[in-house]
This record gives sequence, structure tokens and C-alpha cells, in this order.
Amino acid sequence: MTTGAATPHRSPLTPQRDSFWYLVHAEWTKFRTVRGWVIAAGATILVITAFAFLAGTIRGGCAVSSGASGAASAAACPAQPTGPGGEPVVDAFYFLHQPLTGNGTITVQLTSLTGQVAIGPGSNGQSQMGPGLQPWSKAGIIIKEDTSQGSAYAAMMVTGSNGVRMQWDYVNDRPGLPGSVSASAPRWLRLVRDGDTITGYDSADGKHWTPVDTVTLTGLTATVQAGLFTAAPSNGNAATTTGEFQHIGLSWPATGWTATNVGGTGPNGVGQPGTFSQSGGVLTVTGGSGDIAPLIGGAGVISVQWELLGTFFGLIPLIVVAAMFITGEYRRGLIRVSLTAAPRRGRLLAAKAIVIAAVGFVVGVVAATLALAVGTPLLRRTGIPVWPVSLLTEARMVVGTGVLLALAGVFALAIAIIVRRSAPAIAAVILVIFVPYLLTVGPLSGGHGREGGGGLMLQVTPVAALAVQQALPKFYQVTGSYSVTSGYYPLAPWAGLAVECAWTAAALALAIFLLRRRDA
Amino acid sequence: MTLAVRVFPLPHPLGQALRAAAAALRAEWTKFRTLAEPFWLLAGVVALTVAVGAVAVSGARCSSASCGVDPATVSFTGIYPVQAVAAVVGVLAVGNEYSTGMVKVSLTAMPRRLTWLFAKAAVLTAPVLAASALAVAGAALAGWLILPGHGFTPAHGYPSLTTGTDLRAAVGAALYLTLIALLSLGVAAAVRNSAAAIGLVLGALYLFPITAAVADASNPTLARHLDQIGPLSAGLDVQATIGINSLPLTPWQGLGVVALWTVGALLLGALVLKSRDA
Repeated sequence: MTTGAATPHRSPLTPQRDSFWYLVHAEWTKFRTVRGWVIAAGATILVITAFAFLAGTIRGGCAVSSGASGAASAAACPAQPTGPGGEPVVDAFYFLHQPLTGNGTITVQLTSLTGQVAIGPGSNGQSQMGPGLQPWSKAGIIIKEDTSQGSAYAAMMVTGSNGVRMQWDYVNDRPGLPGSVSASAPRWLRLVRDGDTITGYDSADGKHWTPVDTVTLTGLTATVQAGLFTAAPSNGNAATTTGEFQHIGLSWPATGWTATNVGGTGPNGVGQPGTFSQSGGVLTVTGGSGDIAPLIGGAGVISVQWELLGTFFGLIPLIVVAAMFITGEYRRGLIRVSLTAAPRRGRLLAAKAIVIAAVGFVVGVVAATLALAVGTPLLRRTGIPVWPVSLLTEARMVVGTGVLLALAGVFALAIAIIVRRSAPAIAAVILVIFVPYLLTVGPLSGGHGREGGGGLMLQVTPVAALAVQQALPKFYQVTGSYSVTSGYYPLAPWAGLAVECAWTAAALALAIFLLRRRDA
Repeated sequence: MTLAVRVFPLPHPLGQALRAAAAALRAEWTKFRTLAEPFWLLAGVVALTVAVGAVAVSGARCSSASCGVDPATVSFTGIYPVQAVAAVVGVLAVGNEYSTGMVKVSLTAMPRRLTWLFAKAAVLTAPVLAASALAVAGAALAGWLILPGHGFTPAHGYPSLTTGTDLRAAVGAALYLTLIALLSLGVAAAVRNSAAAIGLVLGALYLFPITAAVADASNPTLARHLDQIGPLSAGLDVQATIGINSLPLTPWQGLGVVALWTVGALLLGALVLKSRDA
């Protein structure tokens, strides 16, 4: 401000010019009139979409030891059965069954659940077996549409260490009585079929019954197969599960048991055929390795998440542009003009952040929509089952990608204000986002193959936001490798985004503090 | 040039070229050493490499003869983040000239543009190589002091951490960082904008291994090829001391791939500099 007698001339300030949205509009004009920045934003869309075309090449093969080309290994993949919901499933177990037409009830008492697991290498290439149970080794009763893989079912079972469970149609699981089964603590299980609804009950004494759940298996045929089963989930290792059944009660005239190894002993079938024996009212059923469960990620099932792999690539031009959005002002001295026009510095920063966030969001939403639209049909052509996702999940992935890019842009903007130089700022942002991911999955991660660490890096760094793109659900009832390269992140989708949000908020707070405190 | 010859007649064209090169080197060295920024960045290279390496070796354990942990790779974990700092040094060496407009003065004073560029590259090489050597030596020292106490003993197949192989890994790591700085200088000369240049360099470094990691479970052939052509993963091969036979490339081939990237970037930068308006 000048001092002295003369009053300096001030052009009249229209109220509109003082409004915040006027400032946002000014910043938007700065952004859209720089051709290189608009091209970079377009490049982000292009790169993310382009990678949807490559998803099939990158993820479209089965697990092969080595040597085979991508195309050859894809052709060698065994066809996976799919469940009623279209999801790829494991359906391989030992089934003692008889036909049930119309309504009916099956009741059993289980007094023992034991098993054998591989405890070390043995002779002749066979594993040495010893007693042991997996947490989800299971034996119980099941009503299943037919003995083909992937058909609808509902089952009551006792498990290795998860108590009594009711499971149906592969992906659903409800807990019943806790605790493990023994002769002194037997478990009674009952399934009641009424049309296409099935109700599961459990009981500790055979007198007092508790309903576990009632489920509807839409379109269940009149004649179904009902009976006893055992399965030993073992992640490909040799294993068996043995259940001892007593007091078997059928509401229909019994026709004698037919034994079936569902899935056969082929690539998707049981590890070894099951056996059963009867003595003194006790039916002992032993099933080989297998499971009745959804197939979890890895090489056997593709997640549509991989169609968004280009997000990593698209982030780079966006980060560069977001940083230049402010460092360009410092470099050319435009920042002094900007701060003269908008002396409230926090507002200027907010306007810039809104413009970059809007650009990032729109770019992310458009890119993710395009990527999912072109990517999914291409992935299906690889022949590997694609995990079906609901429209809601797709919407979460699309909107989440938009928010992820918006936050990354604002984060880069804030770091650029703190550093005031483009190259160090961009390097810092890329470092914080990319290196934690690389340290988790890259060649330095150590351990076996590519996966390392407990995913801590993906819980505390901005790259945690990638969780919003996860398309595979985790299943409590399936033990397996829920790893990043299989398509699972350690955090829930929105929690991951919240971590990135926290980083952005912290950087923005520091940026506002420094921008107010420092000379421009 | 004809004017310069008339004003300063020199006895021989070769002598003239040498003098020009020496003058260019001296000028560029003055520019480099009088800026605080490169010094602090290089100090950061040393500090970060040693600090990250010390943390990594403190957390590393080898409990059996087949634990499969590479002591050199663990010691040099810091190379992962630090190469971004080396890239910034390389980018700024040329990018600063363009962002401040200094390039017009430089090229007026030194109309032989390639002499200017290669003087810059030469002046960058010495301090970056020195800082890298210091950084790698510090990280190796941390590993050498800490790792034997964490199970990296002769009984577990690590007879000594100072064999020729370990020396090769350390030398390779230092050369790798220097090559990355030069690669960045070349890219910056080609795109003439620090922000775009650092984005391109870091993209080339980090995106290959990320894609390879995602492809590894389903398409290992593709993953292997990506590891062979990507500068970061190829550069890691020269830092490996165990499992050499299963590497995508032999150690020196790996460094060779990085060198090819660097030569390519410098040639591209030279071409752009020569053919375009500054």
C-alpha cells in the first residue's frame, strides 16, 4: 500500500469478482488454455483405456511353471465350473447321496471329525501323511441339485476349527454352534427342504434345535440329491477328512447310498477317491482333498480389476500436470499476479485444488468407464473365468478411480506448493505412491515369488487407495493367498481411499500453512 | 564460427576443439558447483541409501541354508527410492537451463550445442558417481556389519560378504545410479521441461517392474521380458549375488541394458538439441 496524501486509484471491485467461484473459474481458465496440460489429461484417459486392451495379455494365463508362451498357457487352462451366480467355484468332494423328490428332511449326528494332512515329502513322490485337520476341513449333510459341478446346494457341516456352519451356493456362509465335534460333544445337523427353500438346524443334543438360516435356491429341481459329504480343502496338497455319522434320519423311503466323487479325479476334481464303511450304526465317510467353495484369486480366476492396471501409468501425466499447475506460476512469476488478484492465499489454493480435483475426477471416471467397458469382453475371450461383479461394484471401481486420481492430483499440487520446484515435487509424489507398491510386489520384495511383507506398505501409504479397485470379494470360509498380485488389498475399498485422503489433507494443510507464511 | 576463428586464430582445428571442450567443462563445472541444490540432492542420495539400507538389513533374517535372501539386494534397498533423487539431479542439470532461460545465454556463449550437452553430462558424471560410490559403500558397510549377526553366516551359505561377487554388486549399484542420472539428463534435453522429463524417467523406471509383478502369476514369460527390457529390473541384475543363473539377464548384461537406455536418451537429447530451436 502506498502512503502519502494522494489516495491511490482503485478500480471498483464488483461483488461477483470477489466470489470464490470467480476464482475457481479463473483457475479453470488457466488450466484449460495450456494445451500441454489438456493433452496430458487426455493422455491419462488414453493410457488407462489402452491398458484395458492389454489386461488379457498380462493376466489372461493360467499358472504355468515356465517356458510356455502366454497364448499356449491360456489354452492349457482347465475349464472351471461356475456356480449359480456365475462365479468360478471349486466343487470337488466325496458325496454319499440318494434322490429326494419333493420336500424332505435329513438329520444326522456327527461324533468325530478327523483327517490326514501332508507333513513332509515321502517315498515315490507321494507325500508323507499324518493326522491333522485344516481349519475348514468339513463333513456334514448336503442337499444339492445334482452331482454335476457348480450346481446349487445348501449344506450343514462341522469344520476343523470353525464350528458348525451352514453354507450354500458356494459363496454364502453362516456360523452355527461353535466348538469342535467329539464323542462327548456331538453335533446334530438337519436340513429341511420345502420347495426351493432349505432351512438348516443344529443341535448339541438332538432335542433342542436352533435354526441357522433359511435360504432360497431359486429354480431348484423337484428331484435333488441329498446325503452326506466330506471335503478336505488343502490348497492343492494331499489331505483327507473323515466324518463319523450316526442316527441318520431320512423323511423319505431310503434307497441306499450312491457314492460319487463330485468332479471326478481330474484337474478340477478331488485329490483321491473317497471311501465309506458302515459298522454298528456308524457310517464312516472319508473324502479326499477338495472343497465346495468359491475359487479365490490368483491364476485360475481373473479379476476385472486388472482392466484398470493403467491407473499407474495414467497417474504420471496427471501428477506432472498438477505439479506444474502451481510450479509454472512460481517459474514465470505469475504467482505474484495471482496473489495480488486473490490476496487470500488459502482461497487461491482451494480454487486450484478444486480445479485439479475436478480434472482428476472426470478423467478417472471417464477412463475407468471406458476401460471396464472395453476390457471385460476382451478378458472373457481369454477363456479364464472372470469373476462376475455387480453393477454396484463396477460403479464403486469407476467412482473410486475418479476419487483416487482427484486426490493424487491435489496431493501433487500440495507437494508442489511446499517444494515450489516441479522436478523434486513430482519425484517425491511418484516416490511416495509407486515405491511402496513396488516394495510390496516387486523383485525386491523377497520371499517366494513376487509377494512380500504383510502389505503394511499398502495400508499406510497413498497407494492404499488402489483398494477401491478391488473386484474380488474375500471369503472368510476359504483359506488361501489373498495377496496383492492375486487381486486383494489389505484394506477395505473406502478405507484405502481414506488413507490417500489423509495424506492429501496433511499435505494440503502444510501447503496452506507455508503459502500463508512464506513470501511468494 | 568463422567469426570466432578470425578473432582468435588458433594453430590447429583439433587444438581448438580441445580448448573449446575444456572451456565448456570448466563453465559447466562452475555452474554445477555454485548451486546449492545439486549438493543437497546428492547428500540426500548418500543419506537415504545408507538409511534405507540400514533399516532393511536390520529387518532381514536368514534362518536356514536355503533362505534365498540376497544380502546385496537387501543392503541396496535404498537404490529403489534413491534413483528418483539421482534422476532429479540429472533432469535439473538441463531442465534448470530451460526453466530460467539460461539456455539462451549458454548456447550463445557455446554455439557448439553438442559440446555443451556432453560437457554437462561429463560434469554431472563425476559428482554423481562419487556420491553413488559413497552411498553404496555406506549401505554395503551397514550390511557387512549387521547381516552376519542376522544369520547371514558361512553355515547358511554366505561365506563372506566381501567376495568378488559382492564387489561387483556394489560397483554395479553405483554405476547404475550414475547411468540413471545421465539417462535423466538426456531425457530432459529431449523434452526441455523438467516436469515432463522427471515424469517420463520415473515412469520408465517404475512402471516396467510394476507391470511385470502383476503379469508374473499368469504370464511369466511376459514378466521375464519386461524384467529384461525395463531399466530398473535390468539394473537390479547387476546387484544380485545369489541365484545368478535364474536372473532374467546376467549381471553385466543387466547393466548393459541400463547403459543402452542411457545412450539412447542422450542421443535423443543430442538430436533434439541439434535440430530444434533452443
